[in-house]
Amino acid sequence: MYVYDDLDQRIINERVTQFQDQMARYLDGKIPEEEFLPLRLQNGIYVQRYAPMLRIAVPYGMLNSKQLRKMGEIARDYDRGYAHFSTRQNLQYNWPKLEECPEILGKLAEVQMHAIQTSGNCIRNTTTDEYAGVTAEELVDPRPYCEIIRQSSTFHPEFAFLPRKFKIAVNAVADADRAATRMHDVGIQIIRNAEGELGYRVYAGGGLGRTPILSSVIREFLPEKDLLTYIDAIVRVYNQFGRRDNKYKARIKILVKALGVERFSKLVEEEWEYIKDGDGKLTDHELERIKSHFTEPDYATLEDAPASYTDALASDKAFARWVERNVRAHKKPGYAVTTFALKQKGTAPGDVTDSQLFAFADLADKYSFGEARSTHQQNLVLADVEQAKLYDLWKEAKALGLATPTLGLLTDMICCPGGDFCALANAKSLPVAEALQNAFDDLDYLHDLGEIDLNISGCMNACGHHHIGNIGILGVDKKGEEFYQVSLGGASGVDATVGKILGPSFARDRMAEIVRTILDVYVAQRIEGETFIETFRRIGMDAFKAAAYPEKEKTAKA
Amino acid sequence: MNQIILDKQIANDDWTLIADDAELSTANEVINFSRWANAEGTDKAALIAKRDAGTLGIQLNAGDTADLLAADSQGFALINVEFPKFADGRGYSAARLLRERYGFTGQLRAVGDVLFDQLFYMMRCGFNAMAMRADQDLDLAVKGFETFSAPYQGDVNDTRPLFRRR
Repeated sequence: MYVYDDLDQRIINERVTQFQDQMARYLDGKIPEEEFLPLRLQNGIYVQRYAPMLRIAVPYGMLNSKQLRKMGEIARDYDRGYAHFSTRQNLQYNWPKLEECPEILGKLAEVQMHAIQTSGNCIRNTTTDEYAGVTAEELVDPRPYCEIIRQSSTFHPEFAFLPRKFKIAVNAVADADRAATRMHDVGIQIIRNAEGELGYRVYAGGGLGRTPILSSVIREFLPEKDLLTYIDAIVRVYNQFGRRDNKYKARIKILVKALGVERFSKLVEEEWEYIKDGDGKLTDHELERIKSHFTEPDYATLEDAPASYTDALASDKAFARWVERNVRAHKKPGYAVTTFALKQKGTAPGDVTDSQLFAFADLADKYSFGEARSTHQQNLVLADVEQAKLYDLWKEAKALGLATPTLGLLTDMICCPGGDFCALANAKSLPVAEALQNAFDDLDYLHDLGEIDLNISGCMNACGHHHIGNIGILGVDKKGEEFYQVSLGGASGVDATVGKILGPSFARDRMAEIVRTILDVYVAQRIEGETFIETFRRIGMDAFKAAAYPEKEKTAKA
Repeated sequence: MNQIILDKQIANDDWTLIADDAELSTANEVINFSRWANAEGTDKAALIAKRDAGTLGIQLNAGDTADLLAADSQGFALINVEFPKFADGRGYSAARLLRERYGFTGQLRAVGDVLFDQLFYMMRCGFNAMAMRADQDLDLAVKGFETFSAPYQGDVNDTRPLFRRR
């Protein structure tokens, strides 16, 4: 992964000093609340319901064991012994003291981490495929491009006060999209053109939130070295012409929609013409420098499926089940990619304790070259594990409560912190997640249901990505009472779809029952081998609607 | 006389923004962009003469993009770019475009809701003058330019991004 040089380190250190000074002036009453707001936001600090929340950047999800340990220390020393992985692959602390935040940032800087631009109306953490660099599916490793974007967007002098937040995702796999690229303000798909040259297909104008929109292609092929100038051109057009009068209409998706894709692309192209051959154009030297940080670790020459591994699979059913769900093929023979679901019964999705972070750091050192990843599904990955060591790893992870064999299944849900923590939320989301985890804890049933994305957001801001869940749950406020609206048919990936609303919302205590009703329809209607989303796409909404609202059905017939 | 920051120093402000219907004098005066854009015939000629005499400044207000002024910018001794609110970042793009695309070399001044923690970005986008909001401490403000010593991006003062300086 990328390692800071003196310059990168100096920039981070200077940021800590700057924020110490800003915090001191704020606590001294010299910066009013309203003006401190964007300053703290751009350092990842929200003021939540009970305490400030500090969001740490995990650039494109990459972590080393030193960083994991530091995160554990911070959870132990400054929080209540736990932290929360977000859908942006970042890590959040829910209970730090405001005045201690600069000190925490200082600790993070010691391990090349920061909270820069994890919030605020600026360019946020760039995300990518959690299996980048280890999947045979990818054209090239997308992480160098993410790092290039990270550096360029850090303290960009022109783009610190955009109309609204701005998110970029990069994907390098042609037929899968684990980065939800088309749900981003800008999506970069790494491709080769007919001449075999490396470059990008550029998407713009996607986003979730109040108005979910899939992005559109604004350029079919952009050469490799033009990445930054083209992004600058897009953001410059947005900065000048994006709406600033209404925060719900301020994302770039609204601008692209208002102008039309063609007109928007034309403005970007015109802008880009002026800057494309300037100093912002990437150099061979820089591309090589960044790529040199993402070379392969020291893999051993191994055979696939060693006997010790296949024996364990044959003799231990629980292990085999975990492998079936949570282990993926690695591009190198004899290695595997493992995912650890942070979705234990009784804890909030994405939550991890300090001791789990310490232990996971040890597992990374022992089994995966000291590196780990966080995923937008709020899980953790060890990406370079020898197949011969999988059984040992599984036993250790199991003892830590991290080996639930449910990756991609119903209970591997995405969920925002919701009204328990977040000041923006209309409703709590964690109790719904908990009720579902309790209601659906039969592993045989979950495995029989197969892959289902169930996503829960506590409000329209859609941090829990409810629009793109096969089953989406959205908390709504009805005259001071918390209700939940269900949508079906959403999907992320290459066939990304925004879900459709099932009907009137339900009270919280009915959610497990409603989800079961929906699942029963699927089980009754599915054709051999069909996943939930495939069945939904074939049969449509009606059967689900009829089952969810039987009274209405009766009235209609009567 | 009001004080501003000019080239990282505290300086006296010798320009005055005048109302759209005010008569022109020989003093240093700043007009709103709309007056310039709407002027015709002898009115426009008077503005051009004053501009060419070096005593006319122009102010881009919220929503006035740099391309509206474009090459016309070059003759002005001063261009104000208004920040109606500190969180409104349009002025940063306006400044860069005036400097980098339209070749403006005169005084480029940020006016309006201009606060200490914006100064570094403003300087990098090409502002060499800031008329700070009245409650801001100018003695503190002049120290606001040294926050970061090695920015990643190129800017108006040095077009090379860090990767061309590494």
